[in-house]
Amino acid sequence: MTEVKSPEVAAPPAQVPDELTPGRSRWHGLRPYAPLAALVVAAIVPYSTVNLPGVFEGPLNSPGTLQLLAICLVFGGLAAGYDLLFGRTGMLSFGHALYFAAGVYGTDVLVTRGGLPLWQAALLTITGGTVLAALLGAVALRTVGIAFAMVTLAFAQVGAILVARDFGGLTGGEEGLPLDVSGLPSALVGVANTVNLYWLALAYLALVVFVVHRVSGSPTGRVLAGLRDDERRIGVLGLDPYRFKLVAFTLAGGLATAGGVVYCLIVGGASPHVTSSELTLSLLVMVVLGGPGTRWGPVLGGVLYMYLDHRLTAFGTSDAVNSLPAFLSHPLSQPLFVLGTVFILAVYFFPGGLASLRTRLHPLLTARRRR
Amino acid sequence: MSTVILLTLTGLGLAALYFLVASGLSLVFGLADVLNFAHGLFLGVGAYATWWAAGNLPGAGSGGFGFVVAVAFGVLAGALVAVLVELVLIRPLYSRTIEQVLVTVGLSLAGVALLQATWGADARPFPRPAWTREVTSILGANVPNAGLLLIIAAVLVLGGLLAFLRFTRYGLIIRAGVENREMVTALGIDVRKAFTLVFAIGGAAAALAGALGGVYFGTVSPGQGGSLLIFAFIVVVIGGMGSVVGSAYAAVAVGLLQQFVNYYGTSGLGDLCVVGLLAVVLLLRPQGLAGKVATA
Repeated sequence: MTEVKSPEVAAPPAQVPDELTPGRSRWHGLRPYAPLAALVVAAIVPYSTVNLPGVFEGPLNSPGTLQLLAICLVFGGLAAGYDLLFGRTGMLSFGHALYFAAGVYGTDVLVTRGGLPLWQAALLTITGGTVLAALLGAVALRTVGIAFAMVTLAFAQVGAILVARDFGGLTGGEEGLPLDVSGLPSALVGVANTVNLYWLALAYLALVVFVVHRVSGSPTGRVLAGLRDDERRIGVLGLDPYRFKLVAFTLAGGLATAGGVVYCLIVGGASPHVTSSELTLSLLVMVVLGGPGTRWGPVLGGVLYMYLDHRLTAFGTSDAVNSLPAFLSHPLSQPLFVLGTVFILAVYFFPGGLASLRTRLHPLLTARRRR
Repeated sequence: MSTVILLTLTGLGLAALYFLVASGLSLVFGLADVLNFAHGLFLGVGAYATWWAAGNLPGAGSGGFGFVVAVAFGVLAGALVAVLVELVLIRPLYSRTIEQVLVTVGLSLAGVALLQATWGADARPFPRPAWTREVTSILGANVPNAGLLLIIAAVLVLGGLLAFLRFTRYGLIIRAGVENREMVTALGIDVRKAFTLVFAIGGAAAALAGALGGVYFGTVSPGQGGSLLIFAFIVVVIGGMGSVVGSAYAAVAVGLLQQFVNYYGTSGLGDLCVVGLLAVVLLLRPQGLAGKVATA
């Protein structure tokens, strides 16, 4: 802080984001279209009957596989939204599960207990969740750093208590609340229509990625990145950090609520585990594993985490693991043990997450090519 | 009247539990700036080690002197795990606060899963001396002995901690480090030894909370630490980070508030009031009741 720079020394040029550097390969011209191609491939997955033994239990277009994929996609979007807070603005919130849970329970309660049509319930829920995020954010953002993390954690705990204690008999307490499907559009109901839910989840993911991308590219996004790197400097520039942080917090909360609406439809109800602080912790794990502050890292991390969380249970009960000695097979049958360990290793050895893998492997690959 | 006395004493029992968890958290945060999510794991380790020792360790048992041995074993195990965590996981990430938080988050997920893998997800009956299941009549109120045991233990820990902080050389270093770590380092004192010590103390206190909490609740389960941890965080923030006395005051306030409101209001309302108290304290006095300003 006390260093004095002579005016002649030019500051080193700001690092240009990887996405903007012109590539040297012939794929350079096609790169902007890669996300579009990925979206198209993801959209036509339900038409394929490919059987991937070991990866999924049934063919790709079976309802079970599609539901798992849809959950993975929703969490990919949720992680991308959380990254708007953690990776791009540098806010460590431990209460993001609250807004997701508001989406899940809001939709469920309004449809099942209130008898509203789905579109009204969804609209009301998303509005309510965004307003909730704005209100709580306005209080929580009066603190910074670790205190902010604790306050958000406490607010989320209130949500968990409200749901678990079941005030007024609305939420169904610990048993959860199955969604009343009689009033829903028929295209979203039933095992045969799982494919529509899959597309809905895909649309949600695309929306979140688009919004986060646009926001982070806008002048506001640059201010947010500035807040992450040096909050005081933003203040010196005459911008109000509090307002920008509140915008990011509200936006992320609204996106999480929308994710909750989609998730509620996919799993057909609400259960109290979506309010737990563990969900926020796993969002944090997803983002860090994928690569905070990158466009595709959090999405990748979210999809992979949910996939592993579901599939490791099957892996843990497989013969290969059961034949191991007990001191190995028991921990390996716990998905959270494996994921938690991988996460700790990632913090030490892959600070940039999956998204940094390519730049890390780059020297290795060029060395091989030269040979 | 007897209801009020009963509620006060059970509230104090709860406060004792919170204090045992929060005192270590507060010291660790005040000195090393580590928000320790793995603190619930130390509690779980203490509870399970005590439970295991009571059944398997020669000389230990569920009654009389054997129980003391079992609890001592649990406390030792908790302290040992805490020291290992500090040396192996936290120390390499010195002064990188966010990464330290992330590592403790991963550790809390993996550690609880490991406990669950080893001893199952279901709650297990905790071995406890017969006299802890009985009640003592105090001014007409029948107070469970387990709660009284917790209060006595917490008062002893509080007294011991204060004496340690005030009258020993390491206590002096810790107090100075909480106040201004850079200055202590500049004077040529290795603060990192104090970090390890503080982790050991915190781990031991949390393990004691786990063992006595097992006696109080009658069962032990892997997730027990996590639910206590959130209230311990709230206690730490209200009390002011780095202050043992502040944690004690805050624990008493939180425990009593929770117990009284839960009894006279709807069940669960007390938990909400605690969070309300947190919000009020943060808005009026962000640094907590006592302690330095709670920033990153």
